[in-house]
Amino acid sequence: MDFGPFLLLALMEGTVTAAVLALTAVGLSLTFGIMRVVNVAHGEFFMLGAVLAWFVTHWMAGPPWLAFSVALLVCPLIVASVAVLADLLVLKRLNYQPEATIVATIGLLYILQQAALSFFGPDARPVAAPFSFRVQLPWFGYSGYKLCVVLAALAVLALVWLLISRTKIGLVMRATQIDRDMARAFGVNVDNVYAGVFGLGAALAAVAAVLVVPIQQAHYLMGGDPLLLSFIVVIIGGLGSLRGTLVAAVLIGLSDGVISTFFAPTLAKIIATLLVALVLVFRPQGLFGKAAA
Amino acid sequence: MKGRVWGAHLGLLALLVLAHFLLPDYHHNNVAKVMVLACYAMGYNIAFGYTGLLSLGHALFFASGLYATALSINLLGWSAGPALALGLVAGAVMAVAVGLLALRTAGVAFMIVTLMFAQAGYLTILYLGQWTRGDEGIVIAQGLRVVAGFDLSAEGPRYLAAFALFGAGLLANLWLVRSPFGRVMVAMRENEARARMLGYNPFRVKLASLVISGLYAGAAGAAYAVMFGYAGASLAGVQYSILPMLWVLLGGAGTVMGPFIGCLLMFYLVAYSANVTSASLLVVGLVLVALVLFAPKGLLGSLRARGVTWLP
Repeated sequence: MDFGPFLLLALMEGTVTAAVLALTAVGLSLTFGIMRVVNVAHGEFFMLGAVLAWFVTHWMAGPPWLAFSVALLVCPLIVASVAVLADLLVLKRLNYQPEATIVATIGLLYILQQAALSFFGPDARPVAAPFSFRVQLPWFGYSGYKLCVVLAALAVLALVWLLISRTKIGLVMRATQIDRDMARAFGVNVDNVYAGVFGLGAALAAVAAVLVVPIQQAHYLMGGDPLLLSFIVVIIGGLGSLRGTLVAAVLIGLSDGVISTFFAPTLAKIIATLLVALVLVFRPQGLFGKAAA
Repeated sequence: MKGRVWGAHLGLLALLVLAHFLLPDYHHNNVAKVMVLACYAMGYNIAFGYTGLLSLGHALFFASGLYATALSINLLGWSAGPALALGLVAGAVMAVAVGLLALRTAGVAFMIVTLMFAQAGYLTILYLGQWTRGDEGIVIAQGLRVVAGFDLSAEGPRYLAAFALFGAGLLANLWLVRSPFGRVMVAMRENEARARMLGYNPFRVKLASLVISGLYAGAAGAAYAVMFGYAGASLAGVQYSILPMLWVLLGGAGTVMGPFIGCLLMFYLVAYSANVTSASLLVVGLVLVALVLFAPKGLLGSLRARGVTWLP
């Protein structure tokens, strides 16, 4: 293949990565922005979504598209309930104190990982795509499902944006983010908002996972990479800024696609992690964020 | 006052000497390993427990010591003695490098920056697989693990060497936290603004504390390489940054003996739970969650809060 089409392929792969990453990272960004909680277990919510998708599609009879649609609806709900439960049982009782919540979510990470290992097993297992057709370009054919993943991710992101900017729920969420005590004084039940946001964040990770699992198999250790990449995206975009998160997800997703096509993926990851550390040190508000007040 | 403190710590050391003669082989070997890992945990405790620096990247310092020693023996043909010294220095130097950058941040950002540096270190070890052999790791031949005539691959000398390392670390730790500098470290943890107002430079104090912490971690890593003859990438992964935090939280952050007690308990908890269930990760996770929920001060910390106020 010539360089041109090869680059196009790399960019298309990058777009898929970026779309999935944007969903996962927006989830992380919401919990951090509104609750000020660094959720180290976010990658495990992603993993849980993928693993549950395998169970649903494996045990449900009927055509693949039906099973997959059920998975797409049910898995995020289950994952969200797990997250809400974790919030109520653990995080709330810690008063959302930053250091304690990090330790607690690390604990949660191990618990979820072990649960997946015990019930799902150590093997990677594939989930069938709901449909398969190829889009034939002049130089190569491309999986139609991957293009649909991008569209679906965009649709979910649009819904999240509508929820936050156009509804009463979003208004309450934003009020809590800006000033928790003042929101409480105006009668907002901050506890419910926190539980809801934690659930929503986890559900977004699960949606991303269900979408991606036909491309990438389900495995109990699959949460590590999305966690690291989401952290990178959220930091580069500026902690807590949703718009920055989206821009950074596109940037990181595309460059990840291009770099890992043309260079060694490990080297790309080393450079990315070091860059992130340096961004946090020298520009803590992120590349796109405003300076902290 | 002074007598009780020395009594408690020297008593612990005396118990460990006694254990050398009494313990059956299996436990003898375990306790030797726990003492080396406890040295790592003590280092973590100096940064986290005393100075309030919650790092998620200490595996980088441990791995620096581990690999500096292992690689200098296997690739450069150094003898074990100088290689150990190199490992110790490597941990401290890495702590200086990380500290100079990471200490410009605080709180959540500090945790993420240290996590990212450690992750970059871990990936570098994988990337340099030609020399480090990645996950598979390097094995140091038995004949190369002799320091000053003692063969550290043998059970007896290994236990005593681990004891010497742990004993020196424990007493140095005790001296450090009772010294004026130790008080300043605690002041940074409790109220940085006030400590600054009193004329202390927070950056310098934190950097010094992190470097001492890195020195401990490097020493433990170097000792691990020589005593157990193995250096693998898994020892540099995130889990090895989390484990010392777990041990310190369990034993009691900001107590001198806490890291050892936490490490010992956790080691046996995982070992015995392995008989009942294969779910060792679950044990780690549950203990972490239970600790932050019900006993954020850990064992010795709770003891200190309930009347044993003299515990350093």
